[in-house]
Amino acid sequence: MPPNRQIIELKVNGETHFVAVETKKTLLEVLREDLGLTGTKQGCNQGHCSACTVLINGKAVNSCLILAIRIKGKEITTIEGLSDNGQLHPLQEAFVNQGAIQCGFCTPGMILTAKALLDVNPDPSEPEIRKAISGNLCRCTGYVKVVEAIKAAAQNLKGSAR
Amino acid sequence: MKEYSVVGQRLPKIDAPAKATGEAKYAADLSLPRTLYGKMLRSTLPHARILHIDTSRAERLPGVKCVVTGKDTKGVKFGGWRAFPQLIDQYPLCMDKVRYIGDEVAAVAAVDEETAEEALDLIKVDYEPLQAVFDPDEAMKDGAPLIHEGVERNVCWSRFIDFGNIEEGFAQSDYIREDTFTLPPVTYAPTEPRACLASFDLSGRLTIWTSTQAIYTVQCMLAAALGLREGDVRVIQPYIGGGFGAKFELYPYEVCCSLLSQKTGRPVKMVYTRQEEFSATRTRHPMKIWLKTGFKKDGTLMVRQCKTILDGGAYTAFGPTVTFTAGFFHTLLYRFPHYKYEGYRVFTNKSPSSAMRGIGAVQPYFAGETQLDMVAEDLGIDPIELRLRNARQPNDEIPKLTKVNSCGLSDCLRKAGEHTQWQNRKKKLPPGRGIGIACAGQQSGGAFNWFRTRLAFSNVRVRANDDGTVELFTGVSDIGQGSNTVLSQILAEEVGVNFNDVKITAADTGTTPVDIGTWGSRVTLQAGNAVKAAGAELKKQLFPIAAGKLKAEVAELESRKGKIYVKSRPQESMAFSEAVMMAQAANKGKPVEATGSYHPEGKGIVSPAYSFVAVTAEVEVDRETGRVKVNKLTAAHDCGQPINPMAVEGQVEGSLHMGLGYALTEQILWDKGEMLNPSFRDYRIPTAMDMPEVKIIEVETYEPEGPFGAKEAGEGCVPPVAPAIANAIYNAVGVRIRDLPITPEKVLRALKEKAT
Repeated sequence: MPPNRQIIELKVNGETHFVAVETKKTLLEVLREDLGLTGTKQGCNQGHCSACTVLINGKAVNSCLILAIRIKGKEITTIEGLSDNGQLHPLQEAFVNQGAIQCGFCTPGMILTAKALLDVNPDPSEPEIRKAISGNLCRCTGYVKVVEAIKAAAQNLKGSAR
Repeated sequence: MKEYSVVGQRLPKIDAPAKATGEAKYAADLSLPRTLYGKMLRSTLPHARILHIDTSRAERLPGVKCVVTGKDTKGVKFGGWRAFPQLIDQYPLCMDKVRYIGDEVAAVAAVDEETAEEALDLIKVDYEPLQAVFDPDEAMKDGAPLIHEGVERNVCWSRFIDFGNIEEGFAQSDYIREDTFTLPPVTYAPTEPRACLASFDLSGRLTIWTSTQAIYTVQCMLAAALGLREGDVRVIQPYIGGGFGAKFELYPYEVCCSLLSQKTGRPVKMVYTRQEEFSATRTRHPMKIWLKTGFKKDGTLMVRQCKTILDGGAYTAFGPTVTFTAGFFHTLLYRFPHYKYEGYRVFTNKSPSSAMRGIGAVQPYFAGETQLDMVAEDLGIDPIELRLRNARQPNDEIPKLTKVNSCGLSDCLRKAGEHTQWQNRKKKLPPGRGIGIACAGQQSGGAFNWFRTRLAFSNVRVRANDDGTVELFTGVSDIGQGSNTVLSQILAEEVGVNFNDVKITAADTGTTPVDIGTWGSRVTLQAGNAVKAAGAELKKQLFPIAAGKLKAEVAELESRKGKIYVKSRPQESMAFSEAVMMAQAANKGKPVEATGSYHPEGKGIVSPAYSFVAVTAEVEVDRETGRVKVNKLTAAHDCGQPINPMAVEGQVEGSLHMGLGYALTEQILWDKGEMLNPSFRDYRIPTAMDMPEVKIIEVETYEPEGPFGAKEAGEGCVPPVAPAIANAIYNAVGVRIRDLPITPEKVLRALKEKAT
């Protein structure tokens, strides 16, 4: 093993992978290039647009800003891990049905940020939603239908929990 | 009006599930076995002669497979404006000199990105710096450095429009005013940095997957740049992360990526960095607009005279169109008899200006609609009333330019006013609050054949299968606006099958008929008409067979939701799929196929149809900080008959967002040709917290030229936002801002000047 590589254990979407990663590689690069999880998008590689958002232990994080070797053993969720055997997660369903998706490049990050929000705050107010997604840049939708979709998903999730 | 079963439905987009789950593959997500990674070396100087390029050290770096410079290319210039060969002025790699910081100088293919980047550092370019010029006024002066040889005074393109007689118009006017407006450089900032993957096969055919809005024009230009025939190049558009005009032209990196693949015999992929996406693409044209207007005392608009200087940047790009539309749009909203326009697009040593959503529209509308607000005040006429008195009406002709068919502008104005408590604006608003209004009209694609294509602008092929599905093949790029969904709706309605029965294949020159691409809001009307024509053609093949079976005349038949039936006796029906099966059998198994085309022949020189919109902005101005908060944007929009109202709303909302950024925060900062803010941190597009409440009011008209009465939707909502906000700021605190963006500094300065 060259000195600039380490074998790390990555738990992604419930599956465990052992990957020999270059120590300087970001989580985004490892997800996309080593694990083929291209649903996580690279929009700026600078932590400004949040297209690369993934969940690490349930928290929304810009995967372009984190070295892969730093997250050994933590639970990672990417957009590919959200639907269940082809069954869309209520957030995904709401984004589809409310017309919240246009070009779709920000969508995976937006949905995961929304999931992190709803996991801790199942009934967020509109300002809370807007604040939560304020780091996720979208150039297509003006966020109008994105906010509506997150509201609708919150309602659906509450309904299904009951 | 006939009730439709698919058209007019709020259907979720066909591709939304793929995008929601991460299944959708964008260009940067693709790779093939043994793919190499490519990178571009860019000029670090704004204007310089290339004396020598030494690539030897880069070539020796382990992992580097190929390095190319201008002499490895065919040395053929490319450009979209093929109607005028002198406007084709960009090389895939600079041959003799560089014209802006970011201009392409060399390209590298290596085993990985890091090696390719390292190789760039090892290429040594000897430059002889030349005097550069960054301001169009300076560039037009005698003795200014010439950016392109033979282009006098750096004037890339000039365009004149006139009708009536402006001297007469001003002589007949009771009131005349003139103002100058300044519009900044802004850029598209799509969330996806562009990328492409190029691969030559052994027969010498190139396949390129690329983030483009126009596969056909890319195919033609790429083939020419590589010395190939068009049929030797296959262009496929994967999912694309936003266009807005950014991905509408061929870019040098696509040529270089292909060339590197040709030379190495391996697939090569290039992905732009975010910095490149900002600084090595295009911008919206910065403009300086001088506008002189004459009115009668009663508010009748008599005459407009306009002179516009467009900062073109280093190359022609799509500038000539913008030079024209920047003059045309002054004529679209209102009726008046006398007009004269002079537009000059000028080269400067900055990244090229080109076509961006609201092409050549946001700038003139800011000038015209802000000035109209000033006129209203001076004449003591309500701004909505003044607009209504002059508003464009259906079936109007604009001399020498175009004909407007449907037009709901007056209704847009009335409805926007009703919704916003317009009547209260004069006195009853709390301090620091204001309401403003502005309008726009927008084309449904272009009618002028700038690309000099010999084919119709839109062509589609359809095939009815005996399992009940109908396939649609179109060269249109769905860039997120939802054209795959909307075109499928049009086909389903026309042939009378269910929406889910239509299966679309789009944007692959190897399988889909030529379409000139996704730009200028042309797809719904132009490609939509081609789809509708193809659908009608299918019915022509199927209905005679169905008529035989149903024992009825062809004229008595109708089809809907997968059934063909007798209009007067709907219970007498047969399955659409059965008719297909019978038609195939009658033709010895020949598939039931049809084609459809649309070309805006005889539709003037601008566009076959126009949308209209009135936007009101409700703002709050902080007198202490100069900060402007937009509380609400209302858009009353006439887009004809919406094919998919949910998709229309999405387009309007996105356009309002883009207009908001243009009004308040977006601006490229240049310092001697260097872009100072090529990142999302320093170039501020509005976030979810900046976006105000949005209200959309649909104003229904029926566009006779469009499929099922549809026309342009949404794009026209970008231009009115900035003038509506500027007018609202004046209404709130009494200061006029004539140069965008309206930053707190400008508001404070204006408030201070007003106080003294």
